[in-house]
Amino acid sequence: MTAYERVTAARDKKRLTSLDMINGIFTDFLEMHGDRRFADDKAIVAGIAYLENMPVTVIGIEKGHTVRERSMRNFGSSHPEGYRKALRQMKLAEKFKRPVICFIDTSGAYCGIGAEERGQGQAIAENLMEMMTLKTPIISVIIGEGGSGGALGLAVANEVWMLENSTYSVISPEGCASILWKDSTKAPEAAECLKLTAQDLMELKIIDKIIAETDLLIDGLRLQLITSLEQYNAMNTEELTTQRYDRFRSI
Amino acid sequence: MRFRKPKNTLEGQGKPASDINEMTEETTIPCVRCKKNLTSDELENEKYVCPYCRHHFKMNARQRIHMLADAGTFVEFDNELTPSNILNFPEYDAKLEAARLQSAETDSVVCGVCVIGGIKVAIFAMEPSFMMGSMGRVAGEKITRTFERALEENIPVIGFAVSGGARMQEGMVSLMQMAKTSGAVKRHSDAGNLYICILTDPTTGGVTASFAMEADIILSEPNALIGFAGPRVIEQTIRKKLPHGFQRAEFQLEHGFVDKIVFRKRQKAYLTQLLEMHKPLSLRA
Repeated sequence: MTAYERVTAARDKKRLTSLDMINGIFTDFLEMHGDRRFADDKAIVAGIAYLENMPVTVIGIEKGHTVRERSMRNFGSSHPEGYRKALRQMKLAEKFKRPVICFIDTSGAYCGIGAEERGQGQAIAENLMEMMTLKTPIISVIIGEGGSGGALGLAVANEVWMLENSTYSVISPEGCASILWKDSTKAPEAAECLKLTAQDLMELKIIDKIIAETDLLIDGLRLQLITSLEQYNAMNTEELTTQRYDRFRSI
Repeated sequence: MRFRKPKNTLEGQGKPASDINEMTEETTIPCVRCKKNLTSDELENEKYVCPYCRHHFKMNARQRIHMLADAGTFVEFDNELTPSNILNFPEYDAKLEAARLQSAETDSVVCGVCVIGGIKVAIFAMEPSFMMGSMGRVAGEKITRTFERALEENIPVIGFAVSGGARMQEGMVSLMQMAKTSGAVKRHSDAGNLYICILTDPTTGGVTASFAMEADIILSEPNALIGFAGPRVIEQTIRKKLPHGFQRAEFQLEHGFVDKIVFRKRQKAYLTQLLEMHKPLSLRA
C-alpha cells in the first residue's frame, strides 16, 4: 500500500471509531462529561471501564459514523475543553491509581475563533507537560488519523501504538503539498515525504508497536493492553515517569 | 488589510528577515507601520522600536540576548549542533543552506547562560530568520538541554519565542520535540525553578502548543501574533474574515493567556525585578 492509500484508509468513514474500540475492548464503560471550566467537548469521550477485571481510565477522540454523529462530534476535532476534560480524567486516574488508555483519531485540534479564544495551544501544552509526569501508566493508540498537535495532546505515553492503516503526521498531506508545491492535489507525493505510516514511524522509533488490522483486532488489542499494563503496573512511579521521559528524550 | 502578515508563516522565506537586513544595511528605512523614515542608528538606540508609533521590529536572537544580558556575561552552548535532512525531505537541504546564509546561525534557536541584573539564568532566543523560527530536532534538543542544564544548577530560564511552529521538513521527529521540550520544562518546574517566556511576533503552532505556553510567567511584546492555528488557516476553515486584533498580544492578555505586555525598552528592568522577586531565600539580601 502507498502512503496515501493508508491516509485514505485512515480517513474511511466506515473505520472503527474510538467508541467502537472502547465498547469492544472494555466492559461497563461509564462516560464522564465536562472539563469543569467551560463545556463538555463531544469530540472527546472519556470515562472509566474494566479491562478484564482492572478498572482503567479510557479517553478517545471520537469522529462518529453517521452524518449527524459526525457533525455532533465536530468530526473528531476537539476544542481546548476536550483536552482539559481529558486531563481532568487523567488526574483522577492518577489519584485512584488506574492506568490510562487513549485512542486517537483526529485530523487535528479544531482551528476556529472559540478554540483560539480559549487557548487551544495552552490546553495542548498543558497536557504534554502534565502527561509527562503523570504517576500512572499511559498507553496511547492511534486508530485512524493522528493529526499533529491535536493527536500529540493525548499521546505523551509510556507506549504509543498504531493500527496498521493509521497515520500520524505533523501536517496533513494536503497542507504539506500546498506549502511545498502550492498544489494540494499533490497530497499523495507529500504523504510519501512526510513518513506518516505506522511502518515508517516504527523505523524512526517514534512508535512502539504496530497493531495488525485483522478480524481479531479487538481481541488482539485487548490482550496486548493487558500484557503491557501488567508490565507497567509492576513499575514504581519513578521508573514509570523516567521511562516516559526517556522515551521522548531520545528522539 | 488586516491580515497582511507574512504570507508564509511556516516557511517565511525572506520576508521577516528582510526587515532585519534592511535595518542593518540601509541608512534609513521606513517604519513598517507609520512609514516614517528611521535611520539604522536611531533604530539601534531605540532597541528596534519605532520612536514615533512604537512598532516593534523583528529582532535577531543574538540582539535579544545582547539587549538583556549584563555586558560580557553570555556564554553560548550547543552551537555545534546542526540540523540534517533526517527524512530526505525534498528541498530541505537547500532551505537549510539558505537559512544558514540568511541568519548566520546554525539553527533556529540560540541557547546559553548569562547574567541579568546580577542574577545567573539560562537563556534561549529563537531566530526568526532561520526558517521562520521553526522547531526541528536540533532546536528541540537545544531547548531541552537549556532546561536540563538550568535544572542541574537550579537557575531560572528566560526564553524568547518566535516561531511558525514545528518544522514540517522533519515530519514526526519535529512534532516529538514538543513532547521532549515539555518534559524538560516540567522537570525544571517541579524542582521549584522559575521559567519566564517572552512571546514575540509571531509565536504559533507547535511552539505555542508546547514550551511557549508552559512558562510560570508569560510576557509578550505589543501587537505580537500569538496563537495555535495561523490566521489564514482559521479563515480558510471557518470561511470568514477574522476580527481586527484577533490573536494579537492585547487579545491574549484580554483572554487570560498572557500575564503582561512589556515594551522592549522596559524588558530588562522588568525581568530583573521579577528575577529579584524569585531569588531563593538563601540569596536574598
